[in-house]
Amino acid sequence: MRTYQKIGEKDTRSGFGEALLELGRNNTNIVALCADLTGSLKMDAFVKEFPERFFQVGIAEANMIGIAAGLTIGGKIPFTGTFANFSTGRVYDQIRQCVAYSNKNVKICASHAGITLGEDGATHQIMEDIGLMKMLPNMVVINPCDFNQTKAATMAIAEHVGPVYLRFGRPKVPVFIPEDEPFVIGKALQLTEGKDVSIFATGHLVWKALEAVHILKEKGIAAELINIHTIKPLDNEAILNSVAKTHCVVTAEEHMMNGGLGDSIAQLLARKLPTPLEMVAVDDHFGESGTPEELMTKFGLDTVNVVEAVMKVIGRK
Amino acid sequence: MLTNDYLKNIATQVRRDLLRMIHAVNSGHPGGSLGCTDVITCLYFSAMEHHSKFNMDGNDEDIFFLSNGHLSAAWYSVLARSGYFPVSELASFRKLNTRLQGHPTPAEHLPGVRMASGSLGQGMSNAIGTALAKKLNKDTHLVYSLHGDGELQEGQIWEAIMYAAAKKVDNLISIIDCNGKQIDGPVEEVLSLGDLPAKFKAFGWKVLEMNGNNIPEVIDMLKIAKANTCKGQPIVILMKTEMGFGVDFMMGTHKWHGVAPNDQQLADALAQLPVTLGDY
Repeated sequence: MRTYQKIGEKDTRSGFGEALLELGRNNTNIVALCADLTGSLKMDAFVKEFPERFFQVGIAEANMIGIAAGLTIGGKIPFTGTFANFSTGRVYDQIRQCVAYSNKNVKICASHAGITLGEDGATHQIMEDIGLMKMLPNMVVINPCDFNQTKAATMAIAEHVGPVYLRFGRPKVPVFIPEDEPFVIGKALQLTEGKDVSIFATGHLVWKALEAVHILKEKGIAAELINIHTIKPLDNEAILNSVAKTHCVVTAEEHMMNGGLGDSIAQLLARKLPTPLEMVAVDDHFGESGTPEELMTKFGLDTVNVVEAVMKVIGRK
Repeated sequence: MLTNDYLKNIATQVRRDLLRMIHAVNSGHPGGSLGCTDVITCLYFSAMEHHSKFNMDGNDEDIFFLSNGHLSAAWYSVLARSGYFPVSELASFRKLNTRLQGHPTPAEHLPGVRMASGSLGQGMSNAIGTALAKKLNKDTHLVYSLHGDGELQEGQIWEAIMYAAAKKVDNLISIIDCNGKQIDGPVEEVLSLGDLPAKFKAFGWKVLEMNGNNIPEVIDMLKIAKANTCKGQPIVILMKTEMGFGVDFMMGTHKWHGVAPNDQQLADALAQLPVTLGDY
């Protein structure tokens, strides 16, 4: 199988911006909306090339979601852009009624997700968004791990008919998924093979988990790392097949334990294949100001935390 | 073109329908539904160009959003009477497995319904979105939305009002049902809206006013509104109505906002509303 290694460093949001521009060129029904954060969302190129298909709504996220839902009537495919906090928690009822329940073809694209938003602090660092969005029927939830995967995911969601929540981040992080890696919604991507433990990781934690796999290898532990970019629908088959082989699980994500990827996998395993499981995630705590790296360390979302969780869960086998 | 008398007959039948529907399941919102029956009837049977052969995208037709979704019974009756689905289906209102949910939704694939509503304050944003889609599609048809006056207490409405004027969404006609009443009492007491015409004008809207329970006046004002579209401004019609209009004991009070009539009350109400098109 393929070897995944660092090929550069870029922010995931730039992957979104590049793909949006490409989509705009390919399909005249693609429209974009933003609530006063075009620069942060990397939507500038789209705005410049397709001003008639871009809607600046100002600092009014509820209105943005409502307008996006309305735009689908007439065949448009709206991509909304703002920070993850304002994309979800702030507009939950609007998404619930007009996007999810009404089953509209709206793509809610959320940048600056999680704690790596950094210095702005807890008001802006949402770590509940995956949970909020995955609870909504009809909603697809995707959390890509690097620039290339975010770009591929953005292209893929335009083809999917129905509501999607696409979550990405602010900082520059390693690029390690090759440009030509196919992205299939709901299909997990296996990054390493192993028999001793299954690590299921999403978003920025995938790279951390890949680093952990190398450290574990030196300790004689063969870890199977599977990138779950689509939290909903979950790739049950890939998860169960891997766990049937390894008999223990670590999940890793930049999100609360409550409501996150680990919670989805624990629920699946409890019903289908009860297995020892440890979670690398934030344990019921708001974030705070700091650099992304400092915060990942303080909140236990680093490579070392994945390694420790693996050692612990292997001991529980 | 239907005569005013015929429109009045349709409205009378719609009032019978909605009262019987609400009575049958002992739940629903008769007060506002009765008050807005005339305007919804006039929209579907006179003002709007629309196709009862339903298509979600609604290209090449006018589109209506019921933002105050609790008036579902009136809307469903008008949709059925317009040919969107069989009139007999009105009997399933609010019952298990129905397409006629308590509040409207496209989730059950009821022809005529394009957006869920019920959680208030969202329909104007939806209407703006569809109006923008129509502009992109070079579709010259219009978008209408109906809102309660109490609904204007929701903040999102004012985001939408600001947006529509600033961005010149001039293919939109929003109608505000100014019946002055909401669940907890008079709007003036619960949370006064202040000088509504002045507020809309200050936001940059073209403001029209009408009596929503006078069919000839409604027809005329909808024509005037239409004539004012595509002139750089969104249009609002502040529509005075009487909650419970058409049933004497339901008028002049907010008590019938969300209460179903009992058997005797239904009989008393129907006695004031003669059958015109035939009951479902």
